[in-house]
Amino acid sequence: MQRHFDQELAELKQKLLTMGGLAEAAVSNVIKALVTRDDDLARKVKEDDQELDQFEIDMDEMAIALLALKAPLASDLRLITVAMKISHDLERVGDEATTIARRALELSQEPQLKPYVDIPRMADLGLSMLKDGLDSFVNGNVKQALAVIPRDKEVDAINKQLHRELVSYMIERPPTITRCLSLMVVSKSLERIADHATNIAEEVVYLYEGRDIRHTGKSGATQTA
Amino acid sequence: MNASTIDFPVQMNRNESNAPGQNMQKPNSPEPEAHAIAPATAFQIGKLSVSFGAHTVLKDVSLDIKARSVTAIIGPSGCGKSTFLRSLNRMHELVPDARMTGTIRLFGENIYGPEIDPVVVRRRVGMVFQKSNPFPTMSISENVTVGLRLNGIRNKGILQERLEKSLKMAALWDEVKDRLNAASTSLSGGQQQRLCIARALAVEPEVILMDEPASALDPLATTKIEELILDLKKDFTIVIVTHNMQQAARISDQTAFFYLGELVEYAATRKIFTNPSVKQTEDYVTGRFG
Repeated sequence: MQRHFDQELAELKQKLLTMGGLAEAAVSNVIKALVTRDDDLARKVKEDDQELDQFEIDMDEMAIALLALKAPLASDLRLITVAMKISHDLERVGDEATTIARRALELSQEPQLKPYVDIPRMADLGLSMLKDGLDSFVNGNVKQALAVIPRDKEVDAINKQLHRELVSYMIERPPTITRCLSLMVVSKSLERIADHATNIAEEVVYLYEGRDIRHTGKSGATQTA
Repeated sequence: MNASTIDFPVQMNRNESNAPGQNMQKPNSPEPEAHAIAPATAFQIGKLSVSFGAHTVLKDVSLDIKARSVTAIIGPSGCGKSTFLRSLNRMHELVPDARMTGTIRLFGENIYGPEIDPVVVRRRVGMVFQKSNPFPTMSISENVTVGLRLNGIRNKGILQERLEKSLKMAALWDEVKDRLNAASTSLSGGQQQRLCIARALAVEPEVILMDEPASALDPLATTKIEELILDLKKDFTIVIVTHNMQQAARISDQTAFFYLGELVEYAATRKIFTNPSVKQTEDYVTGRFG
């Protein structure tokens, strides 16, 4: 039976996906701005973040209204609470993109320290995690969601390696300290974006299977086997 | 298991009162097939089937109902909820053609045993109906004490004490204490329903069955009944049939979902309403069918 309520849930889902698209665009644009030293693009990312903020507020309002008025249960209840959490994660992804944008604007004022290799790699990894997380949300593909989780380790490893590298740079050439610190912040933000993607994947597992795999040693992938 | 280990949760004033013995069984009747059950189990229902004439209403239902907790029975109309509830105090037997197979034990005792008096079962297992049904020609106090008087209790002190205690437990005392001799029909719908609960409590049952006790009441009266149910579960085992999912979610500890006479899923209420295991349950609680 098709319910009127399904229409409202579909709107909520649609809104979340639009939000996901904006968050992905913010990350990919900000990395482009950083690498190509495009200040206009970096500023645009900063400004566009307001849109994501507004989406989060709208999502919460819609979800709270549905909770109050429709008294949802079971999978309906999980969908609404998960949508609220994912929207929060996406808003935070936008915040991280803004942080990177600020650093990109600072970094473009000075000569480039080194060719950017690891940072675009981290961004690509994070973006693919984000994309798979959102796809699995749309398609109910729990396998795809579970496959996102172990990839967070890769991003963490690159972040750590980059930190070590930047520390040795700073020791060897103190005039690069400001730029190194900025890049550390960028790296940390990208690492956080991957964390948010991981959260989304975990929420998707909860949504479709009702099991909470957070803080379980991230062995989600093996649990379904 | 011997009788001394069976836990009878409600023994208010049993020693002081002149109430007839609540043991349904004759002293020496053997119960060979009785097996050990946890004292926390009120009802132990095994392969219960009930039919009216050729129509089978309940099929092979087995479940345990925990003592001093609220168990909600949900399911679409005609799924056998009310029949299930009524079989717990042998009320369905009042329908001609009713046939029942399987076992129902109340704190270990087979309530369908040949030596068991159904009237005693109904005293131990009280019932409250959807529509409040106080006796219209009786006053408030007469309504509450009628069960005791029918059981031969004449002592005014005991009657008065039970009257007050039952009305207090039903959260009605403060509203009626100054007009105990007024007609029961002078009460509002919600008060009448609590009066019926007080009447059920007066005979000191162990279990209270409720068949949609709040479905005819306004939200405020409904809240009062729900609060009352939560208070009563400290002393009583409560089994409630409700069509209101939110009500089941708010007040029950366990929920059983019935469909077409079968028990589809029985689990902690929290599980049933957040993450049911069976798709039919999911579809029903989210309003996709039923």
